[in-house]
Amino acid sequence: MTTVATVSEGTGNPYALSHLDSLESEAVHIFREVAGEFERPVILFSGGKDSILMLHLALKAFAPAPVPFALLHVDTGHNFPEVLEYRDRTVAQHGLRLHVASVQEYIDAGKLRERPDGTRNPLQTVPLTEAIQQHRFDAVFGGGRRDEEKARAKERVFSLRDEFSQWDPRRQRPELWQLYNGRHAAGEHVRVFPISNWTELDVWQYIEREGIELPEIYFAHEREVFSRSGMWLTAGDWGGPKEHERTETRQVRYRTVGDMSCTGAVDSDATTLDAVITEIAASRLTERGATRADDKMSEAAMEDRKREGYF
Amino acid sequence: MTTPTQLAEQLSTTTLLRFATAGSVDDGKSTLVGRLLHDSKSVLTDQLEAVQDASRKRGQDAPDLALLTDGLRAEREQGITIDVAYRYFATTRRRFILADTPGHVQYTRNMVTGASTAELAVVLVDARNGVVEQTRRHAAVAALLRVPHVVLAVNKMDLVDYAEPVFAAIAKEFTAYAASLGVPEITAIPISALAGDNVVEPSANMDWYGGPTVLEHLETVPVSHDLTACHARFPVQYVIRPQTAEHPDYRGYAGQIAAGVFRVGEPVTVLPSGRTSTIAGIDLLGSSVDIAWAPQSVTVRLTDDIDVSRGDLIAPLDDAPSVTQDVEATVCHVADRPLAVGQRVLIKHTTRTVKAIIKDIPSRLTLDDLSQHPAPGKLVANDIGRVVVRTAEPLALDTYADSRRTGSFLLIDPADGTTLSAGMAGASFAVTPAPAPAPADDDAEWDF
Repeated sequence: MTTVATVSEGTGNPYALSHLDSLESEAVHIFREVAGEFERPVILFSGGKDSILMLHLALKAFAPAPVPFALLHVDTGHNFPEVLEYRDRTVAQHGLRLHVASVQEYIDAGKLRERPDGTRNPLQTVPLTEAIQQHRFDAVFGGGRRDEEKARAKERVFSLRDEFSQWDPRRQRPELWQLYNGRHAAGEHVRVFPISNWTELDVWQYIEREGIELPEIYFAHEREVFSRSGMWLTAGDWGGPKEHERTETRQVRYRTVGDMSCTGAVDSDATTLDAVITEIAASRLTERGATRADDKMSEAAMEDRKREGYF
Repeated sequence: MTTPTQLAEQLSTTTLLRFATAGSVDDGKSTLVGRLLHDSKSVLTDQLEAVQDASRKRGQDAPDLALLTDGLRAEREQGITIDVAYRYFATTRRRFILADTPGHVQYTRNMVTGASTAELAVVLVDARNGVVEQTRRHAAVAALLRVPHVVLAVNKMDLVDYAEPVFAAIAKEFTAYAASLGVPEITAIPISALAGDNVVEPSANMDWYGGPTVLEHLETVPVSHDLTACHARFPVQYVIRPQTAEHPDYRGYAGQIAAGVFRVGEPVTVLPSGRTSTIAGIDLLGSSVDIAWAPQSVTVRLTDDIDVSRGDLIAPLDDAPSVTQDVEATVCHVADRPLAVGQRVLIKHTTRTVKAIIKDIPSRLTLDDLSQHPAPGKLVANDIGRVVVRTAEPLALDTYADSRRTGSFLLIDPADGTTLSAGMAGASFAVTPAPAPAPADDDAEWDF
């Protein structure tokens, strides 16, 4: 038997937890609260680092038993192939159950229309909310972090959504101590954000500490990209480049993984976790500011999407 | 100069401090928060650009740093903070989670929300106005919530010629008041958030002040107490029973240690049943340990196969809380609909939710002068009052003074799940407050 504890130096207090241990303990507590109080929870899983982190925390929270939740992926149809491959491999490895809500199917069925700007990120809301209703999920874990965006900074850990999945920031329940209130009426559900209090750097440092595998697009690699609205987008069948846009090969990596139509790559030499952490610690741009077009549509773009049911 | 790699290495071993800010509308709270974030280089270029753009669109000359934390449309339109915002920043010595709480009088519940998880509260005072009613409210809320450390930031020192006597008089008055409420540690710091004096950098204008800057204090204040002196408490969240070929007999009780230390081999009791057993093992998220402490999330295994489920509390055999169905507490009412005598509610205490009825509301507290108004009959939004609650099942409840985690609870409306009140079991303040000087008009303003 061994005693494992990360003791902080310099505090003189043998019981002080490092900030990563504090955040891990808090997130695990939130996963277990949901398992204890809800009937049909589901984890939103995009194959991005935040949802990979969530799954890792859930695996630890319930070990040696399996994770008692299914996964739900909202597939925009413009996902990175490496990420889909990672998703399927992970699901198989842990014996998980995966639900897929497909934006492409909605478009093919005429229930959603392609936007003129080609971005599919806002189109995820309808398939997401309909999947929640169809499967009667009562708790939906999301990897949103409060440091990402100013509207998310106002989000509760347990966020009640009505039957239309709408978020009303003025009618949020106060959240006191660690006493999360998950009561809801039939048809309503609760969005749960276990890593609300993590920053981008925390996520990367924890991924390094725990040795968590990530899709390769997070590390510097050569890629055919073109410039649109100041971002490097991956060329592909999804709709880029247009006639006036020129592709070039650059060494890049991704800080976030979303839809190919709105997630930009950054120039980078970082091929290892160490190098990525060094790069982020020195960066003067937030991850969304650097690479997400959908947040730049208006000053309150995220708040508006969240009100409609986005996570 | 610290390189990014060194910074990253230092950050992975630092501790986390959760703190809250409180201050009246024009005391400069947003400026202080903006200054802390800006001078500690925690505002990134694109965030600052967004704030500059938004400020320009509003016709303001200088970037309005309040826009960094006021993230909702309604807040930006009205130029006020409606809801608690959480901000994250780091130095080489520590990481911080800041609950930026609205200062407006009608949002007392939001300060309660921010203070409930805070280990430190910064109370802002305008040096020109000194200790005012709102300052006393903030001190009282910090005392009620038993926030371990309180910082008095005497702001706008630039507007009183950086005069030491002004600061000394305010610090003395506030310290005497807060100490009378039982606030264990008070640190007073003279600052100018606008000019940057003593926020991150020491002030050249106040060489008479020898103490730390606000940031230095935040970096060095101790974050955890001596847990060996705390009553150990483990609320059971969830029972882990894999029943797989690999783990056919594993039965673990998952939870987050609420207080104190647990060791393998320790005799324990399970409440409310009172059954006893011994800790056979502790699993810390995948690795086996022989000691664990708050706030670690662990899984505890017992030597006996006794009935234990979510909502139970595991405590040392010789140091268990008593169980009760009659709860006396102070509550802050956080809902818009009132709380009345005779009302049926749910009470959520640790991992246990039970039916309850409000038997009595003996008094309502006026935070301004700490006087008790007897038998108000009901509590409305932002009221703080004493309640007597009868529960349908016994609760293993500590006093809030002994444990913020096992002495706190929520009152919930059983009809629609609305969170009604935040409750703290036991006496309101750590000491009986000295009577405050009588306010000029006694009853006119007590309905905050």
